[in-house]
Amino acid sequence: MPMVEGRVAELTPDRGGRRLLLLLAAVGVLMPCLNVLPGEGSMLHVSNYTMTLTAKYMSYGMLALAVDLIWGYCGIMSLGHGAFFALGGYAMGMYLMRQIGARGVYGNPLLPDFMVFLNWKELPWFWHGFESFPYAVAMVVLVPALLALVFGFLAFRSRVSGVYLSIITQALTYALMLAFFRNDMGFGGNNGFTDFKDIVGFNLQAAGTRVVLFVSTAVALGLSYVLCRYVIASRAGRVIMAIRDAESRARFLGYRVEYYKLWVFVLSAIIAGVAGALYVPQIGIINPSEFSPVNSIEIVIWVAIGGRGTLYGAVIGAFLVNLAKTYLTGAFPSVWLYGLGALFIGVTLFLQHGVVGVLGQWRRARLAGVP
Amino acid sequence: MQSLTRNLILMLGWVTGIAAYAGAPVSADNPGLAALLAKIPDASYADKRVLVVKMVQTRDPRVHAVLRALLDDSLYVRTSDNHVFIGEADQDSIRLTDPLSSQAAGVVSTDSVSTIGVNNQLRKTLRVALAQFDLSDPAVDVRLAAVKEMLRALDADSQAVLRSRLAEEHDSAVRSQIQAGLALADLDSSDSSIRLAAVRALSRNLNPDVYNRLSIMVLKGSEGTYGEPEPAIRAAAQESLRVIERYRKFYAAVQTLIYGLSEGSVFVLVAIGLAITFGVMGVINMAHGELMMLGAYTTYVVQLLMPNHIGLSIVVAIPAAFVVSGAIGIAIERGIVRHLYGRPLETLLATFGVSLILQQAARDIFSANNRPVITPDWLAGSLQINDVLAITYNRLYIIIFTLALFLGLLAVLKRTRLGLDVRAVSQNREMARVMGVRTAWVDALTFGLGSGIAGIAGVALSQLTNVGPNLGQSYIVDSFMVVVFGGVGNLWGTEVSGNALGVVNKLLEPYTGAVLAKILVLVFLIFFIQRRPRGLFAQKGRNADG
Repeated sequence: MPMVEGRVAELTPDRGGRRLLLLLAAVGVLMPCLNVLPGEGSMLHVSNYTMTLTAKYMSYGMLALAVDLIWGYCGIMSLGHGAFFALGGYAMGMYLMRQIGARGVYGNPLLPDFMVFLNWKELPWFWHGFESFPYAVAMVVLVPALLALVFGFLAFRSRVSGVYLSIITQALTYALMLAFFRNDMGFGGNNGFTDFKDIVGFNLQAAGTRVVLFVSTAVALGLSYVLCRYVIASRAGRVIMAIRDAESRARFLGYRVEYYKLWVFVLSAIIAGVAGALYVPQIGIINPSEFSPVNSIEIVIWVAIGGRGTLYGAVIGAFLVNLAKTYLTGAFPSVWLYGLGALFIGVTLFLQHGVVGVLGQWRRARLAGVP
Repeated sequence: MQSLTRNLILMLGWVTGIAAYAGAPVSADNPGLAALLAKIPDASYADKRVLVVKMVQTRDPRVHAVLRALLDDSLYVRTSDNHVFIGEADQDSIRLTDPLSSQAAGVVSTDSVSTIGVNNQLRKTLRVALAQFDLSDPAVDVRLAAVKEMLRALDADSQAVLRSRLAEEHDSAVRSQIQAGLALADLDSSDSSIRLAAVRALSRNLNPDVYNRLSIMVLKGSEGTYGEPEPAIRAAAQESLRVIERYRKFYAAVQTLIYGLSEGSVFVLVAIGLAITFGVMGVINMAHGELMMLGAYTTYVVQLLMPNHIGLSIVVAIPAAFVVSGAIGIAIERGIVRHLYGRPLETLLATFGVSLILQQAARDIFSANNRPVITPDWLAGSLQINDVLAITYNRLYIIIFTLALFLGLLAVLKRTRLGLDVRAVSQNREMARVMGVRTAWVDALTFGLGSGIAGIAGVALSQLTNVGPNLGQSYIVDSFMVVVFGGVGNLWGTEVSGNALGVVNKLLEPYTGAVLAKILVLVFLIFFIQRRPRGLFAQKGRNADG
């Protein structure tokens, strides 16, 4: 088998992606510096709020990457990717809850507050092990991966595709939302987890911890991008795109379509889970509303707005939509939903290639010499 | 000695009173109501009981009002002339009515009259006497209520009254109530043969009191003795309990089935409009829930416009909601969906945008709070079939309503020109166009029809759930699951799958609770769709591939 990966990567120069990585590196270095070094009053000071917000956008960017990987390149439109994000977040949340220890309101060294409140006597079996950070990190990866593996195996094997797949992924996240809202599930019911104290021994409120978490998020986003890029440019990536464009033909050519789909679906779920795990310690809360079907649909719109099937476009879309959301929900709360609704309609009707597509058109027009 | 004679007179009075009811003429030695009333102010409590019995004996229809007033502490005596009146207290004045002529006798201040006092024993006599009056009332519910009132405190006297009533009672509900009550009383008899007969008589009675009483009989007490000393009677009671339990189980199953069907009807209701837009046209309309929300708000607005005709408002709201949601639906189709045919995932996103806009519009127009929609009287209440089976009317109506809607829609699709066009376009768009069907127009009308049906569903939902901006959102997953489970493009599939899911939900609920039942149903659906991606009733043939 000839080594074609390198050539494929060459054949698809990824200028947008390189710029994104550069920008990410700049933000990842500059923002923490400006947060820590200048004083509060300085012009150059970046507030904790801005840094947390940026970290949130970056984890959303990872989530958008995960969705673009399967939707943009494999044609699988998952309306339940928020579930993998939330599961990763919950796994991290469980670790952080165990770290609180006896510092909770009830001061129980073993049980988190909500269990004491519910009069539980011992830790449920699935909470064991979460006192260890490596175990929690393993769970952040394994739980979404396992769910994606089982769900994807069943779905792809019986050739559920298109809107049917979208509808059952939506049902999946809806069922999980209902389940996590129940108090007796042992995940804190509708309050979820909050009031975290520290992570691997470092106070979550301390400047140093914040910087490390921020930088890790930037690095994770960059690495996810490179990983997705690598997958797409690989031989398997070609097959995945072939499946997107003509599934039956790919099958007739002898490719095991369902395994390719399953593999890329699981990878996407893992990226989403890691994004959730980075999100929770910085935002400081996780609750079942993360599973709500509306959240998952919103992720898809980030990708659509940025530009489906470009990877870096998905990250840009996540940033743009969430920036607009943060600004509009603050400035004109009732306008936000009109704006989001109009975005959904406008992008699908007029901006089929998203913001990235529009930028590309401009550039081509300029190169062609059109004024 | 004196009290004994009084009681004897009282007993005698009851019996003659009953005789009087059975049709004996008013005897001459029976003093008239006027004379009896005149004696009341000076009578002792015991004397009053005798007077009450005598009043009943007069068979005078005016007695009922007098006794009722006496029981309610609203029988007054005027201090100036010792005359008795029925009064209606109004702050510090009392409006008097002459009980004999039923004429108003003026308004007086509270200190010019005094209330005629009653004690508990007298109250009991009065209640039984009033119930006795009601026992011969022509209305069945009044008689039934009277029997229940008498059974609350059963003594030898009231038992005698009930036994005599049983002889002439024709209504089966009242009869069984009397029989059960009397048999329950017989269980306390010292005669074992009477007890045995009573146990046997109660073997088909579903009254909860009967069940509890029989259970006590067979229960072993802490001292090792049973509630019922005779083993033979205990065995009979056990047998009766077994029969009752079998009936109870049967009726519980019937109730679960009906509740399941009514829940299933809600599923069908929220999905049936989608069965048109998604099932027939293949359009993923995420704004479907909001079209139902519009229907519910239409009901609210109609009720605001006609506040004095709430009963009629629902009937008016149905066509109004159809028009409102249908018009918005056509606007969505013309403005957005038609540009996206053949791109289902994009349609999904665009219509989701529409749903967000409609939700926010509802929030801005009607506020984020739920709006009160009034349930008309004819939808409230419940149908009491027997002691263990009662079905609320709204559950019953929702089943009927959904069925009517389904059959109506089926008729439109199978029997009208529009239906023919719709089916033609959905089967082969190109060929239909070649044959002269205006496909664009048919698309718009089909989408309008599905949306209008969603609006009608919203009218029904306004009676079942809170009317607020989030009404639609909570049904969107359910509605898609029902359509996919039933098989896309198949109205019958939607009907069957909706009802099946409702019944399964209700069957699971006692074991798991409502939320877990819902989760289990969703998980089941996810697995089911993976086994059979084309649903329960898959379309066959060349146009089956979606």
